Amino acid sequence: MSFEELLTLAFRAIIGNKLRSFLTTLGITIGVFAIIVLVSIGSGLQSYITNEISSLGSNVVFVIPGSSGGLGAVLSNKLTIQDSKNLERRLISTGKVTPEVRQVETLKYKNIKDKGAFIIGASSAYPQVIQTFKIAEGNFFSAGQESSGSNVVIIGQTVKTKFFNGGPALGKRIFLGNKLYTIIGVMGKLGSIAGIDEDNSAFISVESASAQYGITSIARIDVAANSPELIPIVIRQINETLLKRLTTDDFSIETADSLSSTISSITGMLSLALGGIAAISLLVGGIGVANIMLVSVTERTKEIGLRKALGAKRNDILKQFLIEAVMLSVTGGIVGIVLGMGVSIIIAIILVSTVTPWSVILAFGFSVAIGIIFGMAPAIRASKLSPIDALRYE
Amino acid sequence: MKTTDEIIRMTNITKVYTTGDVETIVLKDIDLVVKRGDFLGITGRSGSGKSTLMHIIGLLDTPTAGTYILNGTDVSKLDEDEQAFQRNKEIGFVFQQFNLLPKLSALENVILPAIYAGMKKTERIEKATKFLTMLGLSEHVNKRPNQMSGGQQQRVAIARALMNDPELILADEPTGNLDTKSGDDVMNTLKQLNKEGKTIVLITHEHDIALQAKKLIQLEDGKLVHTGKGGFSA
Repeated sequence: MSFEELLTLAFRAIIGNKLRSFLTTLGITIGVFAIIVLVSIGSGLQSYITNEISSLGSNVVFVIPGSSGGLGAVLSNKLTIQDSKNLERRLISTGKVTPEVRQVETLKYKNIKDKGAFIIGASSAYPQVIQTFKIAEGNFFSAGQESSGSNVVIIGQTVKTKFFNGGPALGKRIFLGNKLYTIIGVMGKLGSIAGIDEDNSAFISVESASAQYGITSIARIDVAANSPELIPIVIRQINETLLKRLTTDDFSIETADSLSSTISSITGMLSLALGGIAAISLLVGGIGVANIMLVSVTERTKEIGLRKALGAKRNDILKQFLIEAVMLSVTGGIVGIVLGMGVSIIIAIILVSTVTPWSVILAFGFSVAIGIIFGMAPAIRASKLSPIDALRYE
Repeated sequence: MKTTDEIIRMTNITKVYTTGDVETIVLKDIDLVVKRGDFLGITGRSGSGKSTLMHIIGLLDTPTAGTYILNGTDVSKLDEDEQAFQRNKEIGFVFQQFNLLPKLSALENVILPAIYAGMKKTERIEKATKFLTMLGLSEHVNKRPNQMSGGQQQRVAIARALMNDPELILADEPTGNLDTKSGDDVMNTLKQLNKEGKTIVLITHEHDIALQAKKLIQLEDGKLVHTGKGGFSA
């Protein structure tokens, strides 16, 4: 029997039982769909974060509370504003330093209120440290405004749109919680990470933040070396300064490179875990194919007997049922790939997701393999039927 | 060596089924010769072993002992695939239940043996159409089995049996599921094919059908008890 004839035969058998074929392929479709979408989200997240970090520049060093990769920072954060100030003095000739403290706060202007804005407390050096940060209008606060504790604020694009609706914002006074701040600058657009709008934020000086919120421990200290070559020296100076008061378990130093590789390995694991969970559903789909093929072989016992009586060899019957199983699972696979890619592209608009070629190839390969693996047992069973018994079967 | 005038030569064919420790002898020392152009009827009560003999003649089963030469080839000990090959080439089957595939048209059903013989598509369609026309089914070529009468279905099955030009047509109770008139039609078709040179082996338990064969053998308890038409009793 030619391959073309086998394909026609399989196609007719599948079409001859539309609902059953649809439900069987659905299992594979869902599995493949889940693999593609979840892996796309995982790798989209990974490339987004990696890009974000590398856009910070190669001369940036972050001091993060807790030991590297540990959970210390969550349990007790020992990094304080004073540590940041000590670093500023120590690195006066080698780099710029800014702390970052964060607080969620309600903003209010006239009768407009917004509850979920991020307040970030930083030093006046922040725009020089974080190079992706741009000022669209006005200015960042100066060192003088910082040390005097002036209540001045730089707002994000979302905040500006929400409260001033395109009108001028500079010089207006806005409530951050219960305190009035004067808007002296508007940030350039930052975009959003994983659905969190980075533009719904406002920068105030770390002095104001600690005065208003009583914050002493900080989320991060960002350091920019004056040149990439100075990074080893900067790291040594940070260690010397901080170890006077803290132990090595209390903080860790990450460069853009080390940070992105750490995050890459985390998101890589995430992708793998998501893909693995999705693969389980594909496995279940494969069992569905095996199940329905077994039913189909039993139902068509008489057909098998007749075909054998008319001259079909074992191999002809084996191929007939195997190709039918593969066709079922590959059809499911292709539908799953198309849907998965479609949904991944839609997700990419709202969140982040990148359709990776390897997940598509893998998903397709999986669906072929599942057809073969789970189709094999029923096909062998069919090919071994004795023609007499099969013809007698009612 | 190919003997030209013998289609079937069976010597001491015995079939024993073993279930657990119990051995049941279904056929015992059957000797049978069918010559080219013969029309042989095999008859016997149910349980007489005629179905088993038919399965062995049709290469659907293998004998426990004995020799079976089919059209010059020793087929006593073939494996399943070799049996399938010989069956496909040498034997055309006509069954009591017609055994047409319900989802295929008459034409597609007739074509089946040719597919397994590897015949080219255009050739087999042409040939199948020719046989269907010859059997008066030219208007039913694209009909499914359930759109045809029993007699028409059995004629489709006969066309299928002819598809690979076998020497031997093996008809197992071909009239068993038909009314008298359709049954007569089928018998006349078989006789006509026999006149044209096909060798026919007909298995039946019906007296009047059996008597239409040129030669007759009767089986009882797995043994050949009677050869020839004279004194035959059903």
